[in-house]
Amino acid sequence: MTVEEDLVPEVGAVPTEALRVFGRVPEGATPDEVVAHLRDAARAVRQRDIQMIRAAGLGHIGGEFSVIDILVTLYLHVLNVAPDRLDDPDRDRFILSKGHAAAALYTTLATAGFLPPEQLSTFMKPLSQLNGHPARTKIDAVEASTGPLGHGLPIAVGTAFAGKLDGSDRRTFVVVGDGELQEGSNWEALMTAGNHRLEHLCVIVDRNRLQQGAKVEDTNDLEPLTDKLAAFGLEVVEVDGHDHAALVEVFASVPAASGKPTAVVAHTHKGHPISFMSDNVAWHHKVPSQDQVTQALAELEAK
Amino acid sequence: MSTEAAVLHDCRDAWVEALVDLAAQDERVVAVVNDSVGSSKLAPFQERFPERLINVGIAEQDMVGVGAGLANGGKVPFVSAAACFLTARAMEQIKVDAAYSQHHVVLVGQSPGMAYGELGPTHHSIEDLAWLRTIPGLTIVVPADPEETRQVVRWAAQHDGPVFVRVSRMGVPDVNPEGYQFVPGRATTLREGSDVTIVATGTVVARALEAAEVLETQGVDARVLAMPTIKPLDEDALVAAARETKGIVTVEEALVSGLGGAVAELLARREPARMRMVGVDDAFAPTGSVEWLLDHFGISASGIVAAAQSLVG
Repeated sequence: MTVEEDLVPEVGAVPTEALRVFGRVPEGATPDEVVAHLRDAARAVRQRDIQMIRAAGLGHIGGEFSVIDILVTLYLHVLNVAPDRLDDPDRDRFILSKGHAAAALYTTLATAGFLPPEQLSTFMKPLSQLNGHPARTKIDAVEASTGPLGHGLPIAVGTAFAGKLDGSDRRTFVVVGDGELQEGSNWEALMTAGNHRLEHLCVIVDRNRLQQGAKVEDTNDLEPLTDKLAAFGLEVVEVDGHDHAALVEVFASVPAASGKPTAVVAHTHKGHPISFMSDNVAWHHKVPSQDQVTQALAELEAK
Repeated sequence: MSTEAAVLHDCRDAWVEALVDLAAQDERVVAVVNDSVGSSKLAPFQERFPERLINVGIAEQDMVGVGAGLANGGKVPFVSAAACFLTARAMEQIKVDAAYSQHHVVLVGQSPGMAYGELGPTHHSIEDLAWLRTIPGLTIVVPADPEETRQVVRWAAQHDGPVFVRVSRMGVPDVNPEGYQFVPGRATTLREGSDVTIVATGTVVARALEAAEVLETQGVDARVLAMPTIKPLDEDALVAAARETKGIVTVEEALVSGLGGAVAELLARREPARMRMVGVDDAFAPTGSVEWLLDHFGISASGIVAAAQSLVG
C-alpha cells in the first residue's frame, strides 16, 4: 500500500501490553456469560490492535475496528476449529476476504489461542510472519492468503463446495467489506453459491459504509444491497455487527434457510467505538499519534 | 511440415482419458470449468462423474478462486479453460489464490499458443508462459505429445503445489521415445548433437526434430532437447548444452519471452551463450490458421534451420 507521509507519525517506543488469551467461551456458559466473554475479548483485541498499528506505523485501523466484534464472535464462540486440529478436514473454514484488516485477525487469533500473543509485536517488522495482509503460508490458521479484494468469496465458495461433495455439515464463513463488493468477482461467486445451493456458506458483509476514499454510496453505491443478495439466491439477515448477542444468534442460525447460502449484512461503524474515529473516512489507514492511542485506550477501558 | 506422414494427435484426448482414469481411482479429483466442457473435451468426465464437474459459467476469476477453495477443502481440482482466458482474466487469482497461498490447484490451459488461429489475438495465449514464469512456486509444464500429456496429468494430481499445464489441440505426432518417463524439471535429449542445441517445448518439438534432420543434410550436428518443464528449468542440461555446443536455439509456440526468456536468463547467470529465439517476438498475430501463423513467425523447420545456421556459420 502507499502511505501518505503526513499520516505516518514518528514511531517511538510504544509500551505494548501483552494480550490476554481469552480462548473459547467455556461450554455451558449462560447467554450473559457468553456476551461478557466476547465483549471483554473484543475490548482487549482493540487495545492491542491500536498499539500494533502505532508501533508499526502502518495498518488499517478503521476497518479493523469495524470487524473485530465479528471476528471475536466467530473465533471464540462460533467456529468449529481449534488450534490443535487445524488439519481436521471437517473443521469450519473462515476466510477474511478484506485482508487489509490483518491486524484485527492476528490479534483475534492470538486471543483465541491460534498465535502466541508475543508474536504480535513482530507485526510488519522485517521477516515477520505477520505482514500487512494475512498469508496462508505464514500462519497455520489462515486458510487463504488475501489482500487484493474480491478473492475470499470465490475461495469460500470452493471450500463450501468441497464440503457439499463430502456430504459434510461443516460451515464456511467469509467476511467481505462492503466497498469490496464493488469487485465483480464477488458477484460471480454469489451466482455460483446461489445456483448450487451452498447452504453451509455464510457470507458476512462488514457494512461500515465507508471505503478508502469516501462513502461507499458516493463512490459506486451498493444499494439495494439486501435485495441484490436475495436476488442472487441468498437468505439475507441483517444484524448490528457490534452486538455480540445478536451476532451469536445470527451465526447459530446458519443456514438461515434450507438449501440457500446465508448472507449476513452486519451494520458496523468504521473505527468503532472510538469517538474521534467512528464513521470518519480519514481513519481508513491513518496511524494514531501517541496521544490518540492513549485516549482510545481510555475510551475502550471505560466501555 | 515434417509430420505429414506421421499420425497427428489432439492432446486433449489424452488429457481427458488420463483425468477420467484418475477420477476413477481418486474421488478427490474434480474438474472446474468456465462453460468449457466442450473445448476441454470433458464430456466423458461429465458423463461418468457429473457431480464432480463444477461449471461456474463464464467467470474465470470465480473459477480459479473456487479451485483454490476446493483444494483447501481437500479436493484435487483440475481447473480447465481456454488458456487465454484462464491466464489473462484470472492472473491475480493464479498469483494469490493458487501460488501465494500454495494451494494444490492444477490449472489446465487448453488450446494455448495460436491454436485458435483465425479467431485472432484475443483468443491466442502466447503470453502465458512469459507471464506465469514470474510467479514463485508455480510449476509450468508443456507436454509435447499424448503420452507426455497423460503422464503430466497423473503427476500433477499428486504434486503438492500449484501447477499450470498447457494442453494443445493442434495435431502433434508422438515425439518422445518408447518407454519415456516424464520427470518434472528434466529435459529430454531427443537427439544427440555437438554443433548446436535446439531447445523446444510443446507443439513445436516435432518441428525442432525436423529441423535437426535438415541440418544434418547441411553438415550440422544438432542436439535436440525437449523441455516440457518451463519452470523449474533443467539448468544442468542447458548449461551442458551451452558448454558443449556453439549456441542455443529456443523454439516455442509463444512469445519468445517464455522459454526463450527463461533460458536466456539462466544462461546469462550461469553460462553465457550465443542464442537465437524462435517464437513470436513482440507482436499480435495477423489473421491466419495456426499452421500458417507458425510458418509466418518462422516457427518452422526452415526458420529453426536458419536460426541454427546463424550460430554455427
